[in-house]
Amino acid sequence: MRIVHYINQFFAGYGGEEKADLVPEKRDGAVGPGAALNAALGGTGEIVGTVICGDSYFNENLEIATPEVLSMIKSFSPDMVIVGPGFNAGRYGMACGMVAKVVDEELKIPVVGGLYEENPGLEIYKRHGYFVPTGNNAGTMRKAVPDMAAIVKKIIAGEAVTEGFFEKGLRVNYFAEKRGSTRAVEMLLAKIAGEDFTTEYPMPVFDRVAPGPAIKDMSKARIALVSSGGPVPKGNPDRIESSSASKFGKYSLADVTHFTPDNGETAHGGYDPVYANLSLDRVLPVDVVKEMVAAGQIGSLHQYWYSTVGNGTAVASSKAFATEIAQELLRDDVDCVILTST
Amino acid sequence: MVKEIERHGIPVVHMCTVVPISVTVGANRIVPTVAIPYPLGDPSLPPAEEKELRRKLVKKALDALCTEVAEQTVF
Repeated sequence: MRIVHYINQFFAGYGGEEKADLVPEKRDGAVGPGAALNAALGGTGEIVGTVICGDSYFNENLEIATPEVLSMIKSFSPDMVIVGPGFNAGRYGMACGMVAKVVDEELKIPVVGGLYEENPGLEIYKRHGYFVPTGNNAGTMRKAVPDMAAIVKKIIAGEAVTEGFFEKGLRVNYFAEKRGSTRAVEMLLAKIAGEDFTTEYPMPVFDRVAPGPAIKDMSKARIALVSSGGPVPKGNPDRIESSSASKFGKYSLADVTHFTPDNGETAHGGYDPVYANLSLDRVLPVDVVKEMVAAGQIGSLHQYWYSTVGNGTAVASSKAFATEIAQELLRDDVDCVILTST
Repeated sequence: MVKEIERHGIPVVHMCTVVPISVTVGANRIVPTVAIPYPLGDPSLPPAEEKELRRKLVKKALDALCTEVAEQTVF
């Protein structure tokens, strides 16, 4: 069984964020975590080729990178593709998911991957592969490798893969003993009687918030700036963590007309900080917003900016930060928010 | 965060580069930006042009906030 492995610049050994612009490339055989996967497969299948791409390059150039990566994968004539594991790395997870999607749709061969449950790539692309639940960081590689290999081995052996991965959300046909109408009436009777019953088609849970009303007159509105890109005053006074942030910061805009290398930097550890540290306006557009306020295009600016690092940060933490921020904004009669993300 | 702030009744425009993530998390007004390490800039441009680019993007974000939307919208 010929397997091709997709990984990012970090796991290929090129480096971290400073190498995230790496264009796609392919190599024969296993690279990085591929060696451990090969060993775990015990000769039942082999990684014959590895395709590598930088996370920023892939996500910023989806339309070019996707076909490039796909054609490199195809050149190895694989029977199966493994992606990641991507843990809770957002851009890596998105890339793994997108690769799974095109391999599933174009090559029609199985895909096995590994992602943390909160990785955004999982929600979007889980139907295109067997994604094994992993921990939220690369320290859990030792657990992820055997879990992924177990599914790969089942596929190679031609066995049904029924567990050990995130539900794909696909329906599978089977012959039931009772017809649908009978099952539905039985379920209804159980419900009326207050007994337990199991639905055959769980409704998806959409946690959506209705759009807020449009601002009628921006020249009278008070605006606030919030960011998950980690913009903080020089020196990161609150020591916001570079990943898995446990807090957000609140900083005065009173003395800032624009950012320089001396008054601002990013605390975010999930992208190359060079550009943001030179001019933080690239992440938090204080310079132009203040000018627009002075020119009367915006009514006024809330006197603080709020910042956290959205790098592997738990959804529950982000919710808690945002609730606290929103209450402060309401107290100051803020009408609308620009929220920037990196 | 976008969604939780909007839940409190304050409209939010999300300026970000990886739009599919923004759609998945439930932002209602989305303005696509330049690149992950510099969403509101472009270091390859001279400073004046870079600022002009930023001004255009912020203007677009303000326009998004002034636009009624019934569902998730990418501006």
